[in-house]
Amino acid sequence: MSRIYLDHAATTPMVPAAIEAMARELARVGNASSQHGSGRAARRVVEESREAIAACVGARPAELIFTSGGTESDNLAVKGSYWSARKADPGRSRIVASTIEHHAVLDSVGWLAESQGAVVQLLEVNQQGLVDLDDLAQIDGSDVATVSVMWANNEVGAVQPVPAIAAWAASVGARSHSDAVQAVGRLPVDFGASGLDLLTFTAHKLGGPYGVGALLARREVSLTSVAHGGGQERDVRSGTFDVAAIAGFAAAVQHATGRLAAESERLRVLRRRLLDGVRAVVPDALPNGPDDDAHTLPGVANVTLPGCDADAMLMLLDAAGIDSSAGSACSAGVAQPSHVLVAMGRSAAAARSTLRFSLGHTSTAADVEALLAALPEAVRRARLAGSLAG
Amino acid sequence: MKVLAAMSGGVDSAVAAARAVDAGHDVTGVHLALSKNPQSFRSGARGCCSKEDSADARRAADVLGIPFYIWDLSDRFADDVVDDFVAEYAAGRTPNPCLRCNEKIKFAAVLERGIALGFDAVCTGHYARLVRSDTGVEMYRAVDPDKDQSYVLGVLNSHQLSRSFFPLGGSLKSQVRAEAERRGLSVADKPDSHDICFIPDGDTAGFLSRRLGSIPGDIVDTNGDTVGAHSGFHQFTVGQRRGLRLGVPADDGKPRYVLDISPVTNTVTVGPQEALQVRTIEAGVPTWTGAAVVGAWRGLVQVRAHGKPMPAEVTAAADQLEVTLDAAAVGIAAGQAVVLYDDDRVVGSATITGTRP
Repeated sequence: MSRIYLDHAATTPMVPAAIEAMARELARVGNASSQHGSGRAARRVVEESREAIAACVGARPAELIFTSGGTESDNLAVKGSYWSARKADPGRSRIVASTIEHHAVLDSVGWLAESQGAVVQLLEVNQQGLVDLDDLAQIDGSDVATVSVMWANNEVGAVQPVPAIAAWAASVGARSHSDAVQAVGRLPVDFGASGLDLLTFTAHKLGGPYGVGALLARREVSLTSVAHGGGQERDVRSGTFDVAAIAGFAAAVQHATGRLAAESERLRVLRRRLLDGVRAVVPDALPNGPDDDAHTLPGVANVTLPGCDADAMLMLLDAAGIDSSAGSACSAGVAQPSHVLVAMGRSAAAARSTLRFSLGHTSTAADVEALLAALPEAVRRARLAGSLAG
Repeated sequence: MKVLAAMSGGVDSAVAAARAVDAGHDVTGVHLALSKNPQSFRSGARGCCSKEDSADARRAADVLGIPFYIWDLSDRFADDVVDDFVAEYAAGRTPNPCLRCNEKIKFAAVLERGIALGFDAVCTGHYARLVRSDTGVEMYRAVDPDKDQSYVLGVLNSHQLSRSFFPLGGSLKSQVRAEAERRGLSVADKPDSHDICFIPDGDTAGFLSRRLGSIPGDIVDTNGDTVGAHSGFHQFTVGQRRGLRLGVPADDGKPRYVLDISPVTNTVTVGPQEALQVRTIEAGVPTWTGAAVVGAWRGLVQVRAHGKPMPAEVTAAADQLEVTLDAAAVGIAAGQAVVLYDDDRVVGSATITGTRP
């Protein structure tokens, strides 16, 4: 049975162009840092990929640092910029982030507070999951090292006012970073125009392979290494280039950004049909996230289904061949209610009854209809199971 | 049938699930997350519900090719098993948390949730035999006497048993390990778990002291004379001899044992072994695996997880059992279960409320 994949925010199927580009490079040898012919050939692939990717996101090639993915890029951006800023000016010990950041940012910030003496200020979000720029304006920015606010939230799809945040950071002499892992390939992202100093994105969220990502960093932004070694990327990021993955990354970025406008409109139509259909089946379903398209990722549909335990729903839909997400990850199974939904003012019970369906380049109208067909029985059984709890 | 296989990450539940698959059932694996703060790794043979255990369960499910999920039952487990365990000790009784877990979690919360979600039965790696017939299901002791777990399953009723599978009841543990090896299950040589899973360091007294505090009190003899001091009555179990540290020697110089624990007066009473002898056991809240026993009944009773079955006469009235042992026995504590057996068949279970010489 072919599965209905509605979890593109977790990872996307690779696009054929990326698979081809990657397979081609996997068959070749050459460390891209070697001086010989094989090395130079590999390096050429890296640099051509760098140029291609940079061109798709409004960055200069020299601003692109290849990393192992979103988590590494976020860590390097947050910790690396904090350390450098504080070294240059010991008075800059504050980090500003939002309450709905991905854990790669949130936990990096938390670690800096716990063990590096950073002062952390988290921006609250409203019920739609959006930060309020007025809150930012209240902050005396003179001691701020770094501001990090995600471009678009992975759970509820809320698109944040990133250029305005970057402008505020610049006005107070702080560095600005945005985790744009969910945005690149799904929304127009222009690094130069954004005013950001640092921007994270990754290949596997946009049709590329796992294990490769990028941090865009303005050349004048100083970063301190997180992991030390050969210094292959700007003397700040070390590790042998994964040439094949980089080639696949470039092919995927080109594919996704090349058809972005038409694709995002197609996904918005599917998303609307999905949400309307869910509400038809479950009249008390509550969508989470901004209620206008301009502030929402085109493919993310996050809904609270009152009385339905999300774990039970996930299992029942899984048995019906449908891949969905209960929103937040868990450790050894003891799931914590989503910090994003809690930050948006939802109760822990509502957060535990929330599912995320995320659409992407392989999603079709038939996928949405299959979900809507499976939903009534899953909801009935989940509510039956939920009524036993206590 | 659609079967929910509870998979702890150990060898028994993995082989049980495998046998359910072989029997042609549509099997789904679930790992029950029972601890609020799972440890990363197991410490020795103790404990359970670590991240390593859930990873082992997942790998076993992968090898069997069945879907696998983790169910968070940590709230229910904390309320129904851990808090109950602490409250029983606080009341001067000696509880059996594994029995309580079977009664409240595995064959109640998990089974009922499974049924609601469309499953027909729960399968576990317990060692006990179920025999199904037109008239219902009967439970018997396992073939492996060292592993027999019918005592902690005695509390299940006929509805629960009709929805249960124990595929290992007819096997020896050594056979189960060999089968796990043959099936390529990486848990084949994993050590058996022992003791109480939520006290991974095995220090029950320390665990209870953290939960209940340590209020010092007297240790008295049967005359009421103070013969020693204790730092918390919950550190003692009826029948215990070691660790009493009595300051006043017994008149006859013989060893003394814990005879009684009184939470109200915070005293522990000690005395000679003869005073521990019990002929009559009172027990309440009986459960029956099949038809309830009414009136007089003769058979075997067992009062500890690995205790010997003892011939006895039982009188059942309403919600109360009176068990008269053919021969006196020692070390029978309130809070433990008395399980009734007709030869190897489990008849029912009740909680011991009191004993008489």
